[in-house]
Amino acid sequence: MSQSTSMRSLIPVILLSAVAAPLLALQTQTSPTTPPPAPAKQDPKASVHKQSDGERIFAQNCSRCHTAPDGFSQRISGTVVLHMRVRASLSQHDEQELLHFLNP
Amino acid sequence: MSSPVSYLFASIRRTAIVTLAVVPFLATQHAAAQNTPLLSGGGGFLTTTNGGKTTYLPIIEPLVAAPIGSHVLIEGRAALVETFAPNSGDQSGYNHTHFIGLTYLQGAYIASPHLTVVGGDFLIPFGTYNERLSPVWINNLQDGPLIAGIGLMSSASGLGGELRGSAISRSKYSIDYTAYFSARSGNVQFNSERSAGGRASLYLPDSRLEIGVSYGRLLQGTQENFVGTHVWWEPKATAFRLRSEYARGQHAQGYWAEADYRTQAFGGLDSWVGRFEPVFRMQQTFRINNLGSDGVSSHDTQRVDFGLDYNLPHNTRILTSYARQFSSTGNRNIWETGIVYRFLFPAWKGK
Repeated sequence: MSQSTSMRSLIPVILLSAVAAPLLALQTQTSPTTPPPAPAKQDPKASVHKQSDGERIFAQNCSRCHTAPDGFSQRISGTVVLHMRVRASLSQHDEQELLHFLNP
Repeated sequence: MSSPVSYLFASIRRTAIVTLAVVPFLATQHAAAQNTPLLSGGGGFLTTTNGGKTTYLPIIEPLVAAPIGSHVLIEGRAALVETFAPNSGDQSGYNHTHFIGLTYLQGAYIASPHLTVVGGDFLIPFGTYNERLSPVWINNLQDGPLIAGIGLMSSASGLGGELRGSAISRSKYSIDYTAYFSARSGNVQFNSERSAGGRASLYLPDSRLEIGVSYGRLLQGTQENFVGTHVWWEPKATAFRLRSEYARGQHAQGYWAEADYRTQAFGGLDSWVGRFEPVFRMQQTFRINNLGSDGVSSHDTQRVDFGLDYNLPHNTRILTSYARQFSSTGNRNIWETGIVYRFLFPAWKGK
């Protein structure tokens, strides 16, 4: 890769990083976090736990591609669900159930 | 041709406009309870030993997602990759190259329960790998499938518009769709080809089975069609996943099938045994002719991958695999190891 091409690629990322860095710096560990979502590949036979709609939707749509995160702040649960609504083409009902599941 | 300095200022101007447009929207979200913008993505350190030569690859893929109200989401992902590869020939030592660029930057508007309108630089919705599995923290194996380039129009992203959503959602089945049009762009960060296409998928929740078809058409130069189909199956009450895909273009075709499994027999998925994840993938590509460039090997190729991943706590995974690749240009052993970490947190401090 030539130096000029490298420089061109670098500029937008530097600017984005400049915006993101202060935001990262403000991040604290004190915000409330959601409990870890239900295990991605839970065995229904191994538990008497009744699966809610939201849990089922999480397992069918989110865990189909990736493992569940260990947990995250409740303040981004709406953003996470909106992202999944777009990326996984969730229905409106599924979006609401998923949001309820992440914020019981 | 413009000088590097003028190009630099042009790039700064374009990026500043985008940044200045997005930041005020981000700021308005500060008070929203659950809709704080997030920073997510993955980082990792990967190694590949191919034909006896080892390449080292540190990588970061940050993703920013910022909602505006309840119907609009701005999101983008970038990739920062440094590659350390051994010098060619008899020379000793390593050289390194780097790549930094936007993977996508899009705005999505949820227009109705069944329709989302996406504009900007978006991932081309052909098959499943590009949209679902390409992030470094998701993929079970370091390498993408050999046919991953078919239908992605060279750049894997389009610059234009996309319509997508859930067409039907019932308890017994659901159908989702995506259709897009992309204009041609030679911009370094928003490179794309003039093309159109889409994907439709049927999902059966009871059997955890998904079947989908994809279509794409290159609308510039020699116009070409691409078709594909995918089948994903995740049997209920197991931690087994089967993913497969077939794609065909004017110049090449191929398929891949991947299976992974985590046992629950020794204390569940979070036990030290349950965190192991064996992975197997087999794939074949068939070259029809060499008239076009689709990212597929110029010769018929077969490859099998045997992987063993370990899912550590705190969103960290260790990836290891061995692959044997067969081709008329020579057979190869490919050893890969890596560690990847996924992060996900609010973009700023909460109250």
